Amino acid sequence: MASLKELVKRKELFSYGHRACAGCGEVLAVRQVLLAAGENVACAMPTGCLEIVSTIYPHTAWQVPIFHSAFENAAATIAGMESAYRALKRRGKITKEIKFIAFGGDGGTYDIGFQALSGAIERRHRFLYVCTDNQAYMNTGIQRSSATPSFADTTTSPAGKKLPGKLQPRKDIVEIVIAHDVPYAAQTTVAFWNDLVTKVEKALSYDGPTFINILVPCPLGWVYPTDRTIEISRLAVETNFWPLYEYENGVYRLNYEPKERKPIEEWLKMQGRFRHLFLPENQKLIEEFQREVDERFARLKRRVAMSG
Amino acid sequence: MKRSEEVKKNKEGCLLISWRNLPCGAILTDTKKIRENKTGAWRSYRPIYDEKKCIQCLSCWIYCPDSSIIVKDGKVVGINYDYCKGCGICASVCPKKVQAIKMEKEKK
Amino acid sequence: MKKIVAKTGNEALAFAMKQIAPDVVAAYPITPSTEVVYTFSSFVADGEVDTEFVAVESEHSAISACIAAAACGARAMTATASQGLALMHEMLFIASALRLPIVMAVVNRTLSAPLNIHCDHSDSLASRDSGWIQLFCANSQEAYDTLIQAVRIAEECYLPVMVTIDGFILSHCMERIEVLSDEEVKDFIKEFKPNYSLLDVDNPITVGPACLPDSYFEHKRAVAEAMRESLPVIEKVSREFGERFGRYYDIMEGYETKDCEVAIIAMGSTYETATVAVDNLREKGEKVGVFKLKTFRPFPHQKILKELREIPVLGVLDRAEPLSSYGGILYTEIRAVLADEKKKPLTASYIYGLGGREITPEEIEEVFEELFLIKEKGKSKEEVGYIGVK
Repeated sequence: MASLKELVKRKELFSYGHRACAGCGEVLAVRQVLLAAGENVACAMPTGCLEIVSTIYPHTAWQVPIFHSAFENAAATIAGMESAYRALKRRGKITKEIKFIAFGGDGGTYDIGFQALSGAIERRHRFLYVCTDNQAYMNTGIQRSSATPSFADTTTSPAGKKLPGKLQPRKDIVEIVIAHDVPYAAQTTVAFWNDLVTKVEKALSYDGPTFINILVPCPLGWVYPTDRTIEISRLAVETNFWPLYEYENGVYRLNYEPKERKPIEEWLKMQGRFRHLFLPENQKLIEEFQREVDERFARLKRRVAMSG
Repeated sequence: MKRSEEVKKNKEGCLLISWRNLPCGAILTDTKKIRENKTGAWRSYRPIYDEKKCIQCLSCWIYCPDSSIIVKDGKVVGINYDYCKGCGICASVCPKKVQAIKMEKEKK
Repeated sequence: MKKIVAKTGNEALAFAMKQIAPDVVAAYPITPSTEVVYTFSSFVADGEVDTEFVAVESEHSAISACIAAAACGARAMTATASQGLALMHEMLFIASALRLPIVMAVVNRTLSAPLNIHCDHSDSLASRDSGWIQLFCANSQEAYDTLIQAVRIAEECYLPVMVTIDGFILSHCMERIEVLSDEEVKDFIKEFKPNYSLLDVDNPITVGPACLPDSYFEHKRAVAEAMRESLPVIEKVSREFGERFGRYYDIMEGYETKDCEVAIIAMGSTYETATVAVDNLREKGEKVGVFKLKTFRPFPHQKILKELREIPVLGVLDRAEPLSSYGGILYTEIRAVLADEKKKPLTASYIYGLGGREITPEEIEEVFEELFLIKEKGKSKEEVGYIGVK
C-alpha cells in the first residue's frame, strides 16, 4: 500500500477549480481513488453531481481521460472503452498498459445504471467500478434512491406527519455484485484513506471486473456542517453501519472491526436527514434502525467466518 | 464556407466563442483552464495554518476535497486560498493535540 | 473477376461488416436484425475477422459501448431494429453531438404496440432528428454497397450513419449479390483517422462535458453545419464507389420520370415494387414514374426541388404513420420544400405497409389512377390516403 508520504508526491489527477460543494465527500473519493490509481487510466462517469461539478464547458477538473455519456450507461461506456482498447492493442495501434475506472453515484449504480453494470461485470471486462455512494440523488435535489437508508428524509421520501421518511431499507449492492462471482469487491469510505487506497490498488491488479463501494457523506443531502464529512464517514464505520470489508477470490475479510461498536444514534444525530427520528414518538424507529445495523453486521460476520 | 475565414476575434485578438471555432464534438483538451475557476471566492470561513504547530501528518492534505493544501517536497506549507472553499475539513482532521489549522470568519 | 453470391439482406450486411472488419461491434439481438449479429459473431468465432465482438445486455448498452469505443478512436459498428432503435434513442443524439462516426445497420421494423415484428419505417423515422445520416436501401445489393460507403461517409463527416433495409422483405429474402474482394473493401474504406481518442493517456481529454446556455447552442449549430456539409460527401463517396466498382447510387433516383405526368416517391424496397406498376402502366401508354429517396438525412432539399418541381402530380408514399393528423413525414417535408415554388406538383399523402402489410403493384397502379384524377381536378388531395387498410 502506498503511504501518505508516497501519495503526496504523486500528481493530483482531479484538479482544484471544480465546483463541488464545500466539504463534498464524492470529489474527495475521486481524488483519493485517482491518487491510488496513478496516471495511466481512462475513466468514465454517468450524468450526475460529479459530472456537473467537474466538466462544465470549457473547464475540466480531470487530468486523466474521462468520458461522460449518459446517466444509465457508465458501465456500458467503460465496457466499450475497454473493448476498443483490446481491439486496438491486438491490432498494434496501442502499446501502453491502460486501466479503466468508472465512477458512478448510487443512483447511476444501484438504480438506473444497474442493468449496464450487471451486464458489463458478467462479460468480464477488465475495469474497476467505483460507486461513490451518497445515498440519494443529490444532483437533482436529494431524491431517494435504492441506496437511501431506512427513515432518511429525502425530497421523494419526505418525513411527514404520517410517514417517517424512507420506509424501506437500502439495497446491498456489494453483495449483488459479489453474486456475479467477481474476483474482487469491497466497501470502504473516505475517512479511511489507507483502506481506500489499498482497495483501489488491489482492485486494479485483477484481470477482470472489480467493484468498490465508497460511502461519501454529502453535507447538502445529509444536512450537516461541511467540516463534519470525515467524522461522519468514520462514525459510519465505528457504528458498524458501514463495515470496511472486502471479498477477494471467494474469501470475505473484515478489514476493520471497532472494539466496541458505537450506538447508531451517534451517527444519526449528526445528520439533519434523520432529525425526525429524535422526536419522542419515533424512539422505536431508532431501535429498529439499530436492529437492522446489527443484523446486517452479524450476517457479514457469518460470511467472513464461513469463507475464511 | 471555410470555418477558419469566419473566425472572429475581439479587440485583443482573442478568439470569440462561435460555433465556427468550437472543438469538434465539444471535447476539452485544456486540462489547466479550470484554474480560472477561483472557487476561493465561495469561502465564508478561512483556514489559518500554523506551520510551527504542524506535525506534518498530512491528514489535512489527504482529506481536502479541493486539493487546496499546498505541499512542497512532501510537506504542508500552507493553504491555497484561490481554491479553498473553507469547508473546514482540514481543521477538523488536524489532531486535537496539534490544532495547526483554525477556522476564522472570512472578512468581507 | 466478379464474385456473385446468394445472400439474404442480413447476410449481405454481415458480410460487408466482416470485410469492413471494425475494431468493435457491440450488439444485441432483435428481430429482424438478429441475423446480422449472429452471422457476424460466427465470423468472429471462426477467426475470419478479429473484431472485438461485445454481446451486450441491451441495445442501449450496444450503442453506448459503440459510442465509447468510437470515442477511444476505434471503428465501431452495430445493427438493430424497431424497439432496439427506440431504446437507443437518447444515445443517438449523443453519438452525433460527440461527432462519432459509428455505422449502424437498421433493419426497419415497426414499433409496438401492438407488437409486430414486420416492416415499416416508424423506427428510423422516429429518430430522424437525432443527427444521424440515414440512407434507405431498395435492395440487398444496394445495402451491401451502401454499408461499405457509409464507413467512408461517417469518417469523412465525423457523423454517425444508419443504413436501412426493409425488415423481412429484404432482410430475409435471398438475392443475388455481387461482392467485392476483402482488399477492395479495405482499400476503399481506408484507415480510420479518429478525431480524438480517450486512450491517449499522455494527452488526456474530457469527452461529453456539460454545456450551459452560453455554449450549448453553438455546439448544436456546429453539428447542424456538419449535417449540411455531409450531402456532397455522400455524393462524392457514392460516385467514387461507382467509378471503382461500376455500381452507381444517387441520393435520389427516378424511374421513368423524364416525361411523366404523375409520379410517386417512396423509400426502401417499395421503389422496386413500384417500378413493376410503372412498367405495367407505361405499357398502356400512361406516363407515370417513380422516385426513390435514398438519403433521408441530410434531407436533400435542392435535389428534391430540382427533380420534383416540374412533375404535375406527386403522390408521396410514407411507410410510417406519424399520428400528426396531417400526413406522412416524407410528405410534409417534401411539401415544405416545394411550398415557395410558383410551379409545383399537386400532392397527395399516402400511408402504406404498416406492420408489414404487403403493398402490391396493383395497389400502386390504383394510386397512379387516383393521381390522374387529381390532375384532372387540378387540386391537391386533402385527406390522407391509406393504401391497403381494411
